[in-house]
Amino acid sequence: MTHGVVPPPATTAAVDGAMARRRGWGWLLLVPGMLYLAVFFVFPTVQLFLTSLYDPSGNYVQGYTLTWHFANYLDAIRDTWNLFVRSFIYAGIATGVCLLFGYPLAYAIAFKAGRWKNFMLVLVIAPFFTSFLLRTMSWRTILADQGPLADFLRTVHILPHDGRLLATSVAVVAGLTYNFMPFMTLPLFASLDKVDHRLIEAAGDLYSSPFTGFRKVTFPLSLPGVVSGTLLCFIPACGDYINAELLGTPKQYMVGNRIQSAFLTEHNYPLAASLSLILMAIVVVMVVAYVRRVGTEELV
Amino acid sequence: MAETNQDLHLEDLTKRFGDFAAVRDLTLTVPNGTFFALLGPSGCGKTTTLRMVAGLEDPTVGRISIGDQDITRLRPYKRPVNTVFQSYALFPHLTIFENVAFGLRRRGVKDYRQKTLDMIELVQLGPYAGRKPAQLSGGQQQRVALGRALINEPGVLLLDEPLGALDLKLRRQMQIELKRIQTEIEVTFVHVTHDQEEAMTMADTIAVMNQGVIEQMGAPEDLYENPVTTFVANFLGQSNLIMTDIIDGTGAEVIVDCQGQKIGVSPERSHAQGRKAWLGIRPEKIFASHVGEGEQADTNVLRGGRISDVSFIGVSTQYLVAMPWEQELMVFEQNTGRRPLFNNGDQVDLSWSSEHAFLLDADQDAHAGMMTPEDRE
Repeated sequence: MTHGVVPPPATTAAVDGAMARRRGWGWLLLVPGMLYLAVFFVFPTVQLFLTSLYDPSGNYVQGYTLTWHFANYLDAIRDTWNLFVRSFIYAGIATGVCLLFGYPLAYAIAFKAGRWKNFMLVLVIAPFFTSFLLRTMSWRTILADQGPLADFLRTVHILPHDGRLLATSVAVVAGLTYNFMPFMTLPLFASLDKVDHRLIEAAGDLYSSPFTGFRKVTFPLSLPGVVSGTLLCFIPACGDYINAELLGTPKQYMVGNRIQSAFLTEHNYPLAASLSLILMAIVVVMVVAYVRRVGTEELV
Repeated sequence: MAETNQDLHLEDLTKRFGDFAAVRDLTLTVPNGTFFALLGPSGCGKTTTLRMVAGLEDPTVGRISIGDQDITRLRPYKRPVNTVFQSYALFPHLTIFENVAFGLRRRGVKDYRQKTLDMIELVQLGPYAGRKPAQLSGGQQQRVALGRALINEPGVLLLDEPLGALDLKLRRQMQIELKRIQTEIEVTFVHVTHDQEEAMTMADTIAVMNQGVIEQMGAPEDLYENPVTTFVANFLGQSNLIMTDIIDGTGAEVIVDCQGQKIGVSPERSHAQGRKAWLGIRPEKIFASHVGEGEQADTNVLRGGRISDVSFIGVSTQYLVAMPWEQELMVFEQNTGRRPLFNNGDQVDLSWSSEHAFLLDADQDAHAGMMTPEDRE
């Protein structure tokens, strides 16, 4: 465009300018978040990746050297594959139970709570007001060998005479379920609350019994909540170590426990880093496969 | 279907929400295969009535039946009734095909595919069968809603303000379309609307509802020409209402004293009890003439008018005429071009044929049923 000779069509120029300005602002808004992610996510991840390739002969006192020792990954998998499997099974069961309990809860809050809706939502979030660690500690009391729950279960012969609750897989999964329940309930509530009641009426008008209406209309429309709820439960549950630590024994340890002890107790940084990255990679693959399969992009 | 007795009966239907009676003692019969409109302002109980027929509300008292079948306590999904919802309520996660097929599939109809495709053709959406509702325009969504209900061959089709969300032009088009489909398949349509033009264009019978009761029911022409309450006179079209004293109600015509001038009204159009009455006359029935011109023997004349406002609309000209008793009357005149328009300040006499006026009870509010311009839109 030549300046000063032929005045350019004023409107086009003005519109272009306005659009350019608007686009510029949009990018600016991204900057703080991007910077934050770069400093606190990208940089540590790269650091973690490099750490995972340190030579295993190094140690905490003498330091490590970066020798691109990819065999660290093989060693990590060989020694801890059973922990990975256990982590995914525990996290999977806990997520399933969360869904089983959380769905009716979210449904009741969204459709039946009426003016109690907000109050019930506060109750769902209420546990967050105390620390995760304290809440898990209190489960030790609930599940204790001489506690009322174990006593009761023994009396009704659900538990054998010398049976335990604490220090079992059940205890760890129960703890995971409890701790991640709000992460399931809240997204489920959010998508159920958005379901237009008139659609349910329309399903009834079109010969659906209440149950069929739920199956064909309400549930499919709540799928985005199911997907985000299960992800929000499953992902952190996979990496959790507090529940296994406090409610289980080394026999119930998850991969998180191994990472924790490798980092903080043994100071075996290459092992801890490669375990972390393997966990991250597996979870990413599982999540992508899951989201692809359910096809949320069409639903949200 | 047309031969069997499928008339819809509502008997003494009442719906209370707490202390508020949304519908009171409603009794009516909709003959099979007719287009019936429930017309009234928002909050008059018309939608509640419709929802009771659909089974979405339980009546507090009363009985609903189709033919000989009492459906009062049937669950919605067991009723031979389908609804076109105000917001369409299309299932957003299903395609147009799946939306239309929904009712048939729930009832386990085997050859639902062909029927669904036929219905999608009938509502002229063939190329859109695979799309989701959000990808369609308002008018197209409206047709999906219609097809989704009609495919079930209901005994009665309920339409809850089905055209409310469409713009004016599309609405007129869909009115004609709806009427065409109704005539073609001979299903009973019960149409709820607040739009009097919509009701008059389509319905065989209109029930005008106000505050939970039916004010008047009949063919559109009857309601318009011979309203029995001020509400109907104002809600359907516009009316001039003038306070009069009844002088003689015994002769071939009811004679009233209209602010000092004698006017005659035929007895079958007199719905007034007592000594006083509102004299009603539609603006387009009034003929304005220069003083001393245009009187005929059987016309009723009001003298002493003065043109106070002239609005040229195009097809017609709307005058406001200030009368000696300080009331302004509306007079609409077709723009036939046969005579010049009046100007502000012209002295005029107003006249009309006696069969066009009507008398209404004086103890009613003369403004009942009047709508603001926003309501009309």
